[in-house]
Amino acid sequence: MKSKFIPLILILIFLITFVIFFKGLKNTNIYTPDANLKIEVPSFKLKSFENDSIVISEKIFKDNDYYFMNIWASWCIPCKEEHEFLMELKKDDKIKLIGFNYKDNFNNALSFLKDLGNPYDIIVSDKDGTSSIEWGAYGVPESFLVYQNKIIKRFIGPINNEDLLEIQKIIR
Amino acid sequence: MKFINIFLIVAIILNFNFLKADEIQTENKIAKNLRCLICQGQSVYDSDSEFAISLKLVIKNKIQEGLSEEQIYNFLKMKYGEWILYDPVFNRNTYFLWLLPILIFLAGGAIIIKRFYYKK
Repeated sequence: MKSKFIPLILILIFLITFVIFFKGLKNTNIYTPDANLKIEVPSFKLKSFENDSIVISEKIFKDNDYYFMNIWASWCIPCKEEHEFLMELKKDDKIKLIGFNYKDNFNNALSFLKDLGNPYDIIVSDKDGTSSIEWGAYGVPESFLVYQNKIIKRFIGPINNEDLLEIQKIIR
Repeated sequence: MKFINIFLIVAIILNFNFLKADEIQTENKIAKNLRCLICQGQSVYDSDSEFAISLKLVIKNKIQEGLSEEQIYNFLKMKYGEWILYDPVFNRNTYFLWLLPILIFLAGGAIIIKRFYYKK
């Protein structure tokens, strides 16, 4: 009686472990945060990209306008990928694009914009990356859709055509 | 004159880091307790990714602003969610995680006691 019972339990334990690990194989192990958080726009005081004047966040984000806050850098390859979609988004006059130049060299960034075009209305430079931490950002590229001083959607990684269509649908 | 010069240089070098020794300790402690979200299996302290470098700087600034360890954890939890903390908080999602070792320990104890008394 006892010798029959033990193998059965062992098989059961192995089966359960197998199922758990097999299911775990399919889970992504990259953490994805909640993309639809309605959080207040963090305030920042940063140097403007073009000159040394200080840009204050309260003066940029105004009510009843859509803003697309895009973190980019010239050294970031996926940023080049998404650039055409940003240029496309720029054509829409209902939305303002704000560039967040992340830990970048000024001359490299300048030639990046010269080559691919400048989609941004305002560019601020985040030299040490501390302001993007305030935004809860992970790295480049990352974008936030801002409306009425709230982040209504965030895009981690380069935006694609689907994202572009979604944004255009929201701001219409 | 030379002596004064050397003294000045030493004084300047010593003043480069504005954190006090115990503040550096808390900074490192906090960084060790944070998960580097874009690396796998590394703490912020161990990582040299752009994200971790910036985060360490933020921690340093927050300490200088006079925030306590707890306040910094709360700040980062608000920005990045609970996942950034290595120490999982006891809540509905994690009670199984916390209680399972205790349950296993109790079950093991029960087996031992049962065997012990059966032998008697």
